[in-house]
Amino acid sequence: MKPLVPVPAAARVILGVGFFAMFVGVWAAVTYSGYVPPLFLASPGQALLSGWSLLTEYGFLGDIAVTIWRVVGGFVIAAACGVPLGLLMGTFKPVEAFFEPFVSFARYLPASAFIPLLILWVGIGETQKLSLIFIGSFFQIVIMVSVIAGGTRMDLVEAAYTLGAKSRGVLRRVILPASAPLVMETLRLVLGWAWTYVIVAELIGASSGIGHMIMDSQRLLDTGQMIFGIVVIGLIGLATDFLFKALNRWLFPWAAL
Amino acid sequence: MSNKTLRIAGVTRTFPGRGKAGPTLALQPTDMTAAPGEFIAILGPSGCGKSTLLRIVAGLDQPTAGSVTLDGAPVTAPGADRGMVFQSYTLFPWLTVAQNIRFGLQERGVPDAEQQAIAARFIARTGLKGFENHWPRQLSGGMQQRCALARALANDPEILLLDEPFGALDHQTRELMQELLLEIWEADRKTVLFVTHDIDEAIFLAKRVVVMSARPGRIKADVPIPLPYPRDWTMKTSAEFGTLKARLMGEIREEVRKAAMA
Repeated sequence: MKPLVPVPAAARVILGVGFFAMFVGVWAAVTYSGYVPPLFLASPGQALLSGWSLLTEYGFLGDIAVTIWRVVGGFVIAAACGVPLGLLMGTFKPVEAFFEPFVSFARYLPASAFIPLLILWVGIGETQKLSLIFIGSFFQIVIMVSVIAGGTRMDLVEAAYTLGAKSRGVLRRVILPASAPLVMETLRLVLGWAWTYVIVAELIGASSGIGHMIMDSQRLLDTGQMIFGIVVIGLIGLATDFLFKALNRWLFPWAAL
Repeated sequence: MSNKTLRIAGVTRTFPGRGKAGPTLALQPTDMTAAPGEFIAILGPSGCGKSTLLRIVAGLDQPTAGSVTLDGAPVTAPGADRGMVFQSYTLFPWLTVAQNIRFGLQERGVPDAEQQAIAARFIARTGLKGFENHWPRQLSGGMQQRCALARALANDPEILLLDEPFGALDHQTRELMQELLLEIWEADRKTVLFVTHDIDEAIFLAKRVVVMSARPGRIKADVPIPLPYPRDWTMKTSAEFGTLKARLMGEIREEVRKAAMA
């Protein structure tokens, strides 16, 4: 191995799948051998069986749909508010001076700690889930987008000015397109965090969703179902990541991604 | 053809100090006039303030004192009447070659059909035919700078400001670019301010070479280049070229030495 030398595509796939296989292998070894009792950790086969019954008998697909709806809903609202504000902050320094200290403070407030307050304010309905995801994502998006917009190459901005562009043109035709690929990367990252928040919200107060199912399974000590639920979240995350990357390649063919 | 006179009167630039360091005087009071259609090279060692002077003319930097006027109208901000090509590659990476060239026209609300016609004309003039729909990252450095030149020219500016536009290119490409620029200038006769530290480049291109001193910059010599246009590369080996080069080398050597010692 040499530093920074790229790996061929085929080897890359083999290595990536290899670790997954190893992971499942170790899991199978410690469970089937009886080293870890099923009360604490279900075997891979048991997790799959539990998953099958969840899907066929308990309408788990509905839970998955509800959770996805909540994540996407909260995240879209946070992005729709956070991206424009971040762009304005990165572009116009007085706007940044006005909002930045508060956003930096709010960014460190643990979103989960708002759950009791949110339940008090809006109950345990959908608004509570969306609000939590919003609180958890919005400030992160704002601060990261403002840094991205603020880092726009100055020589490109100056070139636009010498071509007759004014402030509006520079924002719309230089800062916006220059920031777009990195903003999408940021959204991809923050979407991952939004998943954590939705599950936390569902663990604490919900009558549907993946988190709610995991909580129910704990009462029955069904580790197979719990693990299946967690794995499903991971798989959905992997799929969205893949979609985001494909979307970026399609939207930004000019960037050498 | 340009028909406005550029006047630089007593332009001075001091950069404020940082921390314990005091302010830096980058440009001493500088006076210069560029007649319409004149090709002026500004020659000087690095750090002499020649780029600062050009940026002030572009409106990208403000003078601490003095003024820049274009036919009497003061220059305070960048505008489409002063096109610029930078040393760094500044094509917009998200726009194709043709879209880059149309950027300024779009900003000014030129009708679409006219934009296309103008873009096609400059694509042809800069030898970019066949590359209209390429992204900048697919182009060589020389092609990127040709496109940047086309982008500036498409706006039909009064003055073309060139800040070491060929500085990052290899020697052979640079010579071809010089010939292309000459060809365009000989046809259009736009006022050109060309910043460079390359003596051959300055003599080959310009009608007048303004030599700047080491920091703090000031105009040290203003040397007319009496070589007739149209010029071609064979001139670079002529005796007259050699004499001019010897003179400018003498002027600049001393300054480079001072800059190196400072």
